[in-house]
Amino acid sequence: MNTDRYRWFLERPAAGGGRLAVIVVALLLGLAQPAAAKLEVFACEPEWGALAEELGGDDVEVFTATTAEQDPHHVQARPRLIAKVRRADLLVCTGAELEVGWLPLLLRQGNNPHIQAGQPGYFLAADYVEMLEKPERLDRAEGDVHPGGNPHIQTDPRNIARVADALATRLADLDPGRAEAYRDRHADFAHRWQEALQRWDARAQQLRGTPVVVHHTSWVYLEHWLGLVRIASLEPKPGVPPSASHLATILTGLQARPARLVVRTPYEDSRPSEWLAGRAAIPALVLPFTVGGTPAARDLFTLFDDTLNRLLEAVK
Amino acid sequence: MRHAILACALALTAPVAAEAGGSPAANAFNPALSAILTGNYWGYTRSPDGYALPGFQLGGEAGLANEGLSLAESELSLSANVDPTFYGKLTVALATAEEGTEVEIEEAYGEAMGLPAGLGLRFGRFFSAVGYLNELHAHAWDFADPPLAYRAFLGQQLFDDGLQMRWVVPADLFVEVGGEALRGRAFPGGSNGGTPGTWDLFLHLGGDVGVSQSWRLGLAHLRANVDARESTFGPAASFAGDSDLTVVDLVWKWARHGDPTLRNALFQTAYFRRQESGTVTVDGASGGYHGTQQGVYAQAVYQFWPRWRAGVRYDRLWANDPGGDPAVLAAAGLESNGHDPERATVMADFSPSEFSRLRLQYDWDRSRPETDHQWVVQYILSLGAHGAHSF
Repeated sequence: MNTDRYRWFLERPAAGGGRLAVIVVALLLGLAQPAAAKLEVFACEPEWGALAEELGGDDVEVFTATTAEQDPHHVQARPRLIAKVRRADLLVCTGAELEVGWLPLLLRQGNNPHIQAGQPGYFLAADYVEMLEKPERLDRAEGDVHPGGNPHIQTDPRNIARVADALATRLADLDPGRAEAYRDRHADFAHRWQEALQRWDARAQQLRGTPVVVHHTSWVYLEHWLGLVRIASLEPKPGVPPSASHLATILTGLQARPARLVVRTPYEDSRPSEWLAGRAAIPALVLPFTVGGTPAARDLFTLFDDTLNRLLEAVK
Repeated sequence: MRHAILACALALTAPVAAEAGGSPAANAFNPALSAILTGNYWGYTRSPDGYALPGFQLGGEAGLANEGLSLAESELSLSANVDPTFYGKLTVALATAEEGTEVEIEEAYGEAMGLPAGLGLRFGRFFSAVGYLNELHAHAWDFADPPLAYRAFLGQQLFDDGLQMRWVVPADLFVEVGGEALRGRAFPGGSNGGTPGTWDLFLHLGGDVGVSQSWRLGLAHLRANVDARESTFGPAASFAGDSDLTVVDLVWKWARHGDPTLRNALFQTAYFRRQESGTVTVDGASGGYHGTQQGVYAQAVYQFWPRWRAGVRYDRLWANDPGGDPAVLAAAGLESNGHDPERATVMADFSPSEFSRLRLQYDWDRSRPETDHQWVVQYILSLGAHGAHSF
């Protein structure tokens, strides 16, 4: 696959001695690349990196731009990310403006023609799922709202299945020589995922209707899947850090309408949720949010295993 | 002209607001529109009108900001993909001038997309890639004023008309090479037009160290063939000759687990060296000039609490004894008379959100031989399209 991007150069009409120079340059460029040309995947978030590995196996080389401890809203277009974007054959990101602060910049600075918007190498997961919380009013006084809807789609495993279907097709399109391998892996993954979904659904029955307080509105898809009821957000507006007065208001509200848990991601400040949980005498819970968010969430399957383990443990 | 630009910009804001919730119409193709509003209160203990950097000719916008309460530049920016081939961006800065409002086109460039082999091509007017801060808009700087070296060597910020090529090497390490051919209109150039007056080459290296640290090293060399370069501040002088500028800079950033939201630290430093050879003219009298000038700055900014940051900076410049006719050079302000300009700065800022920032800053300024105590309170508001988190 990597050789494709130099084909224009190799197939260029070169006369006489020029041809030798072309071959030397091509060899030098070839040396910079691993001999076995794997499809290079640039994943913006760990869940899509993990999915690309499930579907691509040994045929892909996955680079994940962020870790579970980083807020994907606030990443910078770092030199290393530009270098990785430059080499990628396929970009897999959430979309829905989650990466609006950094992805457009990476794409422009990396100048990789294969993964620009609209190219086959440009894949946004949010294009394949039904978006929730589309704002009715676009106003920054409402905080950092996303016009396309809430972008944290990976907290519902049914969305993972939908994205997997589309991503498997895309991998096969991009790398037709190994299309069958992608299809086989996808069939296997989809089968195991359906089994896991049934297991998760059965375990999660008792969570239905559980009232929760969240730090940021990161969990709308999880709430939707499990039937959790969001009572309040610690952030007064999306993206605005919790303030003392807002926390006090929530605490007062909880007396009339109690919650069972305060939920946050691994990258969020622990102090606001610990403060509220301590006063309200309910557990403050870190859920993995994505692959790698907790030690147990090693892959997509254990991500949801651990999410449910933690929720069930907390409401016991 | 200026009214036409404003009218355009204002006309564009209305349909964007009306479009939300409605069905996509012709205005769905509107470019991303953003405005930056900046204002500040500057206090000086010495008159800002007499500002000078002994041993340096001041060009571009190298002077001090207005004393007292005033708007700084208000910036309007439009950007969009033009078609599958080009991306375009326009940035207009509006500033209060002595009479009315001054409109300046800071950026108006096209960028070719999808060129083979990852080549990047930019054409039109743009901020030069010489110097890390030069490519950033002033509102993205960590201090309310630029390093002294940017004032002395780049007229605060170098933007000019021309062509820029860039290429990122397809390797694990970030290696970017590029070059620019510029008209030479802007300081340190001073071209009469015709052939490009300013050329430069740059190299950027960068990467991560673990998950929490990242860095970028920049090296650039700029050559300007100067027909006539007039001072815009300080003594009125004109320079003609060759100007060679070398800039080395390093940026290092740290964030806990690589997530800057709670705590992060930024460090940057740069070294500037310029050699100029030619003729200086003041009031009709000319003399030879062979100068070597150097400058450094180092700055560190730490976010110690979500939304709160504090920073320190130190600047220093040196100019050698440039030879030639002492009377002419003295009149042109190019004799340092044994004074090396220096400055120390402390800063604290608070950002209620990603889109707003309030800042308090103090400069212990020894640009001139006598100390100037400079204070500033500043606000920066960013409206409209989501800004880019550039490194």
